[in-house]
Amino acid sequence: MSEFVNFHFDVDGDNFVSAGQASVKVKKNLREMGLDPDIIRRVSIAMYEGEINMVIHAGGGVADVNVYKDYIEIILDDHGPGIPNVELAMQEGYSTASDHVRSLGFGAGMGLSNMKRYTDDMQIDSTVGVGTKITMRVNME
Amino acid sequence: MTVNQLATKYAFSVVTMPEGEKIVSGCYVGDLLSWVMGRAKAGNVWVTIMSNLNVVAVASLVDVSCVILAEGVTLDKEIVDMAVEKGVNILSSSKTAFETLKDIASEL
Ligand SMILES: Nc1ncnc2c1ncn2[C@@H]1O[C@H](COP(=O)(O)OP(=O)(O)O)[C@@H](O)[C@H]1O
Ligand SMILES: [Mg+2]
Repeated sequence: MSEFVNFHFDVDGDNFVSAGQASVKVKKNLREMGLDPDIIRRVSIAMYEGEINMVIHAGGGVADVNVYKDYIEIILDDHGPGIPNVELAMQEGYSTASDHVRSLGFGAGMGLSNMKRYTDDMQIDSTVGVGTKITMRVNME
Repeated sequence: MTVNQLATKYAFSVVTMPEGEKIVSGCYVGDLLSWVMGRAKAGNVWVTIMSNLNVVAVASLVDVSCVILAEGVTLDKEIVDMAVEKGVNILSSSKTAFETLKDIASEL
């Protein structure tokens, strides 16, 4: 873990409609670094799902993307309500999203499973009333 | 076939065409964004009736070759501008998703 590049974002929790801009920016940055398109796609989709979750479920938070030689790490940290039952939340189709959020095309209950699908490792550290920290890793290989 | 060629041959309305040389391959139909992100593949044509800003973000993240808005769905100018900025091609059709795809399926 010697040399690495960090991208840091404050994710605003107020605007559902324009949510996801940090992930779109990361995609652009990773492209400029000349990384493999499939890796970029996986990282940016996983981050987008997490970023949207921070906006729709947790009132915003902070996102960090660390690019190391062998892997990319995505850390999403919020001070939202926390996830009471992570196992349940991970199930495809489980969602507590509001009707408004659903009308925008979110709330399919597939976000966490997409994050797992597209990354090589995912850790969810969540405490009710404190917040949620999700750490994902995508290997360069 | 490129997005440009597809639009011309099947007379789609062009909403945006910033990267018309992208190659179309396969298709995904859907309006729920997480399904699109989980199931659509890079290069796919994405047929949807959603019309908010998130469509542009998802199209860009998934690397679809183009979005086709079915049922005559239109976009606000702000969204069109964002699509151009992000290099997202968007076509539109007054037909249903099924009728739209019936026409172009053999090209995908
Ligand atoms: N950062 C978060 N803070 C609080 N709850 C969350 C967070 N992320 C996910 N959740 C909970 O997990 C559920 C499932 O998340 P997800 O799979 O992304 O589906 P969706 O966002 O479509 O509801 C959410 O509905 C919500 O209850
Ligand atoms: Mg979600």
